[in-house]
Amino acid sequence: MDTSSRMNPTILDGATIRADFPALKREVRKGVRLVYLDTTATSQKPVQVLETMDRYYRYHNANVHRGIHTLAEEATAQYEAARERIAEFIGASSAREIIFTRNATEALNLVTHSWGAANLVAGDRLVLSEMEHHSNLVPWQMLSSEKGLEIDIIPVSDQGMLDLSEFHSLLDKQPKAVSITHMSNVLGTVNPIAQMSAQARDAGAIMVVDGAQSAPHFPVDVQELGVDFFAFSAHKMCGPTGVGVLWGRAELLDAMPPFLGGGDMIKRVYLRNFDSNEIPYKFEAGTPPICEAIGFGAAVDYLCTLGMDEIWEHEQNLVTYALERLDEVPGIAVYGPKADRRGGVAAFTLDGVHAHDVAQVLDKYGVAVRAGHHCAMPLHERLKVVATVRASFYFYNTREDVDQLIDGLYRVKDLFG
Amino acid sequence: MDDMYREFILDHYKNPRYHGVLDPADISYEDDNPLCGDVIRIDLRVDEDNRVVESGFSGEGCAISQASASMLMEEIQGKTLDEIKKFTRDDILEMLGIELGPVRLKCAMLALKVLKVGAYGVQEWVEE
Repeated sequence: MDTSSRMNPTILDGATIRADFPALKREVRKGVRLVYLDTTATSQKPVQVLETMDRYYRYHNANVHRGIHTLAEEATAQYEAARERIAEFIGASSAREIIFTRNATEALNLVTHSWGAANLVAGDRLVLSEMEHHSNLVPWQMLSSEKGLEIDIIPVSDQGMLDLSEFHSLLDKQPKAVSITHMSNVLGTVNPIAQMSAQARDAGAIMVVDGAQSAPHFPVDVQELGVDFFAFSAHKMCGPTGVGVLWGRAELLDAMPPFLGGGDMIKRVYLRNFDSNEIPYKFEAGTPPICEAIGFGAAVDYLCTLGMDEIWEHEQNLVTYALERLDEVPGIAVYGPKADRRGGVAAFTLDGVHAHDVAQVLDKYGVAVRAGHHCAMPLHERLKVVATVRASFYFYNTREDVDQLIDGLYRVKDLFG
Repeated sequence: MDDMYREFILDHYKNPRYHGVLDPADISYEDDNPLCGDVIRIDLRVDEDNRVVESGFSGEGCAISQASASMLMEEIQGKTLDEIKKFTRDDILEMLGIELGPVRLKCAMLALKVLKVGAYGVQEWVEE
């Protein structure tokens, strides 16, 4: 990782960064500047990523692996280089542990289908939490109903934190797997994964982490975290849609059965059976998202140029400011922990106004936020609200963006007051 | 979009007509849009000709879903169930008089869906 070219954090919110993002320069409608506060759903893309992908399709496009011709070698080299850079980005000990999937959801499904199928039997227990995204609930529920597993849930406190004493009690029941989000996509809560992972390990469980919201926003080192699987998506971190990663410990991946069957995942095929390929290819059936993976590599390069520490610091400053300003708005309820325990996400409700109406009026003023349950229905039940408005921040957002959000909220209040 | 929150829509949202639960009722039905969290229940009392003599809606949700329900309640007073079955999505759009994207369209149509399932009977209604 090149740290020498990291920019000063005060420059991170400057015009130089926004200039890299064509979408951020557009107007939503005439005279209305876009304030993009929906990065938690998907981030905008810098020209560095767009140009890398464009170059790939213009000059290097070929199918990867086994090609003898020049373009095939170039495509393979770029695809595998992206894998190497992503491995380095999350501190993996080897690029063999990086499996390209369609997204974080597919990465988690890979774990339940392959590891789960091979390692769990009826009556085994799993530990999930009340703040999970549906992508870290439903695959386990599907596995559970298929196998007859028991699911235990770590509750969320009124402060938006996981109840860790309850977690300890659940570990006494000797679960086989604990699968938890690194950072909540609604509350922004950053969970103490290293600590939880050590405790899960002591209890004999593997630790699976949904890193879709952490890898884009702060430095992640899977070895320091001591986890077993880590899933994340390119499109939430300046990369394209259509590609995600499952990182897993090589010894676990080696022992797992393949996920999908087809080309590339085999070493040898007979008419009635096959021998599996080595990892990571064992889990990459069919032509992979080549251009997208290469774009993912470029996104990781881009983030490293800014510096993940600097990105996190910038977002911390911004969310602290946002929480202060949101608190000024009469009739608002902001969910989740204090700024020092959360990433750049703020979910809230406005008294007497449905989240959809808030989002619709904000759009009129150029402010893009999300309204609904954000794929976390059980969490919204816990919060006792049907829907929240969610503003989320990235390194390309500024205090002016927060101010425009707040101004918009006052317009909402005027309209519905 | 500029017109979505017209005065009369906001007025129906803030001061809903025929709002409340009828107990007992001849027809009661409730449904929701789980993705948005809009919930609408409609209760009807009908006379021997199946004509609506009293109606009430309840629930919660966005301005569009609630205003649409309130306006629909006004529309159906004194109408027979057969007349209600003839209500279409265009009638609702005309009633609201605004343009809606696909997401908000679901909000606007929830009340009509609840009403028609109620009018047809849950078993007989088929999604249109």
